[in-house]
Amino acid sequence: MDRIAVAVSGGKGDFRLDMAFDTPANGVSVLFGPSGCGKTTILRCIAGLERMPGNVMVAGQVWQDDSKGVFLPPHHRAAGYVFQEASLFAHLNVRENLEFGRKRRMAQPAQGPSVDEMAGLLGIAHLCNRKPKHLSGGERQRVAIGRALLSAPRLLLMDEPFTGLDRQIKKETISLFLDLRKRLGIPALYVSHDMAEVAALADVMIVMADGSKVTQGLPSEIFEKVELQSATGRFEAGTLVVATVSDKDSQYDLTRLDLSGQALFLPGVDAAVGEKVRLRIRARDVSLALGRPTGISIRNILSGQITEVVAEADTAFAETVVDIGGSRIRARITRMAVDELGLVPGKEVYALVKSVSFDRRV
Amino acid sequence: MKLLSRLFSLLVISGMLLPFAAARSLAGEVRIAVASNFSVPAREIARAFETATGNKVTASFGSTGKIYAQIVQAAPFDIFLSADQERPQLLEQQGLAVSDSRFTYALGRLALYAGGTDVKGPGLLVADRSDRIAIANPELAPYGRAAVEALAKLFPDEDFGSRLVQGENISQTLQFVETGNARLGLVAYSQVISQAAAQYWLVPEGLHSPIAQDAVLLKSADANPVARAFMDFLRGSEAENIIRRYGYSAHVRGGS
Amino acid sequence: MGTAELASILWLTLKLALVTTLCLLVVGTPIAWWLARTRSRFRDVVASVAALPLILPPTVLGFYLLIALGPSGPGGWLAGLSGGRTLAFTFEGLVIGSVVYSLPFVVQPIRNAFEAFGERPLEVAATLGASPWNAFFTVALPLARPGFLTAAILGFAHTIGEFGVVLMIGGNIPGETRVISVAIYDLVESGDWGTAHLLSAGLVLFSFTVIMVMLRLGSARGEG
Repeated sequence: MDRIAVAVSGGKGDFRLDMAFDTPANGVSVLFGPSGCGKTTILRCIAGLERMPGNVMVAGQVWQDDSKGVFLPPHHRAAGYVFQEASLFAHLNVRENLEFGRKRRMAQPAQGPSVDEMAGLLGIAHLCNRKPKHLSGGERQRVAIGRALLSAPRLLLMDEPFTGLDRQIKKETISLFLDLRKRLGIPALYVSHDMAEVAALADVMIVMADGSKVTQGLPSEIFEKVELQSATGRFEAGTLVVATVSDKDSQYDLTRLDLSGQALFLPGVDAAVGEKVRLRIRARDVSLALGRPTGISIRNILSGQITEVVAEADTAFAETVVDIGGSRIRARITRMAVDELGLVPGKEVYALVKSVSFDRRV
Repeated sequence: MKLLSRLFSLLVISGMLLPFAAARSLAGEVRIAVASNFSVPAREIARAFETATGNKVTASFGSTGKIYAQIVQAAPFDIFLSADQERPQLLEQQGLAVSDSRFTYALGRLALYAGGTDVKGPGLLVADRSDRIAIANPELAPYGRAAVEALAKLFPDEDFGSRLVQGENISQTLQFVETGNARLGLVAYSQVISQAAAQYWLVPEGLHSPIAQDAVLLKSADANPVARAFMDFLRGSEAENIIRRYGYSAHVRGGS
Repeated sequence: MGTAELASILWLTLKLALVTTLCLLVVGTPIAWWLARTRSRFRDVVASVAALPLILPPTVLGFYLLIALGPSGPGGWLAGLSGGRTLAFTFEGLVIGSVVYSLPFVVQPIRNAFEAFGERPLEVAATLGASPWNAFFTVALPLARPGFLTAAILGFAHTIGEFGVVLMIGGNIPGETRVISVAIYDLVESGDWGTAHLLSAGLVLFSFTVIMVMLRLGSARGEG
């Protein structure tokens, strides 16, 4: 019964929501979709802040069941909610904000980290006596996450909480959050419309469009699916691959990774030799060549075989999928190139990868 | 209009015409300021004056204290019908009123009133000592002062202190009784004269000093024949009948 | 007017303003809360009724209050419980009148303060396990503190300056209902302009101070 099962349907004005999903109550499930597709409404319905006809079950507990007339008020649900804006209590300092959740928790009061431990884990111990208005955006969100976790929730609901943060802070905060979540074993449902975030966070990905579910699955599977472009967005389309750290090159400050027997060189990978890491390769960062090019600055050249070619109607482009010894990456190239190079499934090619982003340790 | 009244002044000074005749033959205007308690009879007297002379009367109403303050600040009135004697006297002393024009146009009478239930006599004042008694503010209103005097004469040993509630003027005093907030009130006879006689007890005049209401001609109207005509009219028998009908006692014919 | 009498008038005025302000906060807060949160179609009706004393002349309020406090109104019934006949001419009656008269000055700032922080803090509190009551006392009230401060100052000052209503329901009883504004009126009416000047100047100074303090509070908050 350790599942999160949600089914809600209803309308608000012109907007119709008809959404059902069922996902394991462990790890991070990401609810992914463009702005305005109803992601936030789903979270609010789960938390009980909004009511639509349907059912909400979380880890064996019934939070809403219309057939039995059950609708728990939000303060009886033990759902930790981290909003897009940190929404700290302006009249309380950081410590009091953290205590607010812990004091009112429904679970056993003695268990889990104390306020001080949590502040330490989040690296905000030195801010404890400050008021929220004297914190940076990243610090505020860390307090908000700590506050939600200290309320010992059965489920953590997160509504794009890192959107406003700059890239570096965002990266740090996300990895801090992932470590902490794992440690406390609290499942999370995370709303996002940003592929980079999904790649970094998701154990399970639920894709939404126009108020209902499009598909659900592992992020690596979903990223490969060319036909999901309308839901995932063209520009950010790409794939996730898993590689192993094989060597650290201190002379050039590069990390050598092994991807299905071929080498990849990346700067700034925060992982030890032997560790597996998840990489994201965007389709627009990949070019194809029929022979291995020489005299070129690109270091990451992978040989593989074309498995799929999909021409995009009404544009100059085509999406191709290349199999690299079992890992699949996508390349977005012009239709003209497809025709002139004779790219069809089965063709041997070299994939020139201009940029790879390191997402997280697996 | 200003030119006309100036013309009149010339005529009057040269003694060619009696003011009364002048007023009758050519329409003029008089502005009177009247203490609120006398507003109803004043309106009737004004109408009678207008009918008799063809002149126009513009009347303003207010508390005696307020009208006095306004006159000191040069309010445009010709005649002041006060609810007391002090304010007209003061105006005289300050040179704001025409000397010797002042006279008592009405004498107020005090009545004990219980809001519509029968009043047999002053015994009601001490019948139930939890009853509040409404009076006019004795500091401000002659009716209030008279009420305090009458109470002291009627019941010399009685302490009315905490039972008295004060209206700012005699109208508010009646309001307290009419709304039932005060069970009894010492109000103006003129206010209850239309009620059945059993519902009030007329306080004998001997129990308090006279509630004399004086009228005075203001300095700015010294040369206004219509104003003088109105002063004369106020002393006349027609006005006297009206004044009596409203529960005021006979004038004391003094002054000029 | 002697010093003792002056002191008694000032003390009574202060006492009335203090008690009235407390009652206003107790009565005004639920009204402001309801107005800030409700989606009922009666909201604007209630808001208009609560704002009426802003526009109505005090004489209208005073007249209705005189009737409502009297023997045939609810006030008379209340007074009857303790053997009285009316709530008019009593300190309690004056407090009731003042509360009605100054209600908009208290409801509006508190309502604004409640509306300013929106739903979010209350939603956060609920997801953290706070019941609606708990959230009201631990989140809404503290967040609305500036509004309460403004409301208290306005209610207090407006009660001090109140005249028409007191005049109509007070009965001018020394030590019970004779407050400073009525005393000034009497002084002017009876020609004691010297003392009237003294008290009036005091009120002007008081009002000036109140407005200054409010402006100061406002700008301090703006900087913060």
